[in-house]
Amino acid sequence: MLKIRLAEESLVEPILKGEIKCPCHLYTGEEAVAAGVCPNLNKKDYIFGNHRSHGHYLAKGGKLKELIAEIYGKETGCSKGRGGSMHVVDPKNGFLGAAPIVAGTISLAIGAALASKIRNDKRIAVSFFGDGATDEGGFYESLNITALWKLPIIFACENNLYSTHLPIKECRSEANISKTVRPFKIKTFRIDGNDVLKIFETVKKAVDFCRKGKGPVFIEFLTYRLRGHVGPDDNIQGAHTDIRSKKEIEAWEKKDPIKRFENYLLKNKISNVKEMENIKNKIQKEIENAHKLAKQAPYPKEKDLCKYVFKK
Amino acid sequence: MSSKNKRKLQYSLALNEALHQMMASDKSVFLIGQGVKSPWYVGNTCNGLLKKFGSKRVIDTPVSENAVTGAAVGAAISGMKPIIVHPRMDFMFYAMDPIINQAANWHYMFGGKVNVPVVIWGIINRGGEQAAQHSQTLHSIFSHIPGLKVVMPATAYDAKGLMISAIKDPNPVIYIDDRWLYKEEGMVPKEIYSVPIGKGIIRKEGKDLTIVAISYLVREAMKAAEILKKQSIKAEVIDPRTISPLDIPLIIKSVKKTGRLLIADCGWLSGGIGADISARISESDAFKKLKKPIARIGLPDCPAPMSGPLEKTYYIWLEDIVKAAKKLMGK
Repeated sequence: MLKIRLAEESLVEPILKGEIKCPCHLYTGEEAVAAGVCPNLNKKDYIFGNHRSHGHYLAKGGKLKELIAEIYGKETGCSKGRGGSMHVVDPKNGFLGAAPIVAGTISLAIGAALASKIRNDKRIAVSFFGDGATDEGGFYESLNITALWKLPIIFACENNLYSTHLPIKECRSEANISKTVRPFKIKTFRIDGNDVLKIFETVKKAVDFCRKGKGPVFIEFLTYRLRGHVGPDDNIQGAHTDIRSKKEIEAWEKKDPIKRFENYLLKNKISNVKEMENIKNKIQKEIENAHKLAKQAPYPKEKDLCKYVFKK
Repeated sequence: MSSKNKRKLQYSLALNEALHQMMASDKSVFLIGQGVKSPWYVGNTCNGLLKKFGSKRVIDTPVSENAVTGAAVGAAISGMKPIIVHPRMDFMFYAMDPIINQAANWHYMFGGKVNVPVVIWGIINRGGEQAAQHSQTLHSIFSHIPGLKVVMPATAYDAKGLMISAIKDPNPVIYIDDRWLYKEEGMVPKEIYSVPIGKGIIRKEGKDLTIVAISYLVREAMKAAEILKKQSIKAEVIDPRTISPLDIPLIIKSVKKTGRLLIADCGWLSGGIGADISARISESDAFKKLKKPIARIGLPDCPAPMSGPLEKTYYIWLEDIVKAAKKLMGK
């Protein structure tokens, strides 16, 4: 969780300086979801991501160096500089890809669950998407099909209350997304998306349910992005597109999932300030090194422009 | 291949045989789509598959083209080899996101780390006064997209061989067949064989003009060539078989020989594959060998009509090919 936060925050300065140019949708504030979901999965379980998937990539075991290099557009990146921030992938760890067409990867995750059912290999699939994706038609087709076929899939809905600039109440006739899912006969949870322990426990139950072949599970994580939709701050280009009030952002800062978990660790004497500082420093060094390597790494060669259109 | 292993088979049954043999030989192959249980949807192309392979691998679906196509693409990304059938390709517009945004781009945008071995089978189901949304031939939309291969078999032999190649291909392949071809018969080998994707074929040799015909129009062009022969016009008929990637060298070679090119496409003229072939020939060194400007016939830029007489005018028939060929010959 801390590694995701620090990695995301490390991108802010290079973005502002123009060293990183591709659109980066930062996960700051939502880390508890990826960190609570992925440790419940096996390496071979599948996940699919979206435009805001750096956290999913790291939580599923992806290498930090390859993530950072990808964001810089380098050949050493996880997608060899062909995808960027919105297209991270790590098939060795079951992360089969992230894509920013809203709700576009939900049906792909169904396919992974279907493949598992046909092969009977007991893998499960997790589809990460935001509240905005539940406004797309394909989402409802997906709910129906997975319930009908009892597929082993977890729908991980990260409800951060905004679909880009538009608040959920201006997007949905029913802002409680879970309520619209239940009639599909899908097991549904609606939980605090900033409470990593609660997330871990809930997902554990969901994984068990899926793996036993009982069908899909939908989990709505109530969370909040502390930065803009894309980039560090929606207002950086002077467009003032972020209509969120300061008061609202400050209220959510108090619910910061990392601070909450740190307080829990201290209160229960599981860790101490010094140990946590050491962990933080170690991660910071790893991140600094990843940036250094990424900046030094080569760009893809011009002659390789069309190299990956088809698999030979 | 010895002729004793071949026998006469209907186009649709040749396709059926490809599905049977590939599903039997490779456990990762499965069939999914609307109506795979129903001959009303898919003719006899899926005969016996459900009984032999069970409902786990022969999956009939609700009308959810977006999610079902996405599921097929996702299963391919997860190591399976799905065939997703759209019994009327008009409904594929609901599935454009998984086909174009996802399947076509996936291998490229992840730097070659994940490939998508899916066959997306779209059936042209036209005629019979079905009007604008039950008659469309949409191949040129897919041939515009990098990352997709598009095959259009015109014979029973190719129906089987191209389906086998499409299933074996590690990339997304759009397989488009016209139901009007389903009863066509041809000699088809009993065993598994491949027709190479990206390779066209000269169906009939001739020296006076080249006719490139797509899908069902190969059949019409062959008949037209017989009529033209009686009038001392020797037409060379080329069936590209794959429209993306196109076998342009084959067409260039033929045009250099004949000096005349007629393209007969079963889709609309504007922005279509016929226009693409014409442009590529114009850009090639065959251009200076042209004795006449390149001619195209295809559907007028008009939705498919309903009423029978309008339908007859709308589609391309052998008479249209004969007329266009004679005009090109100055007769």
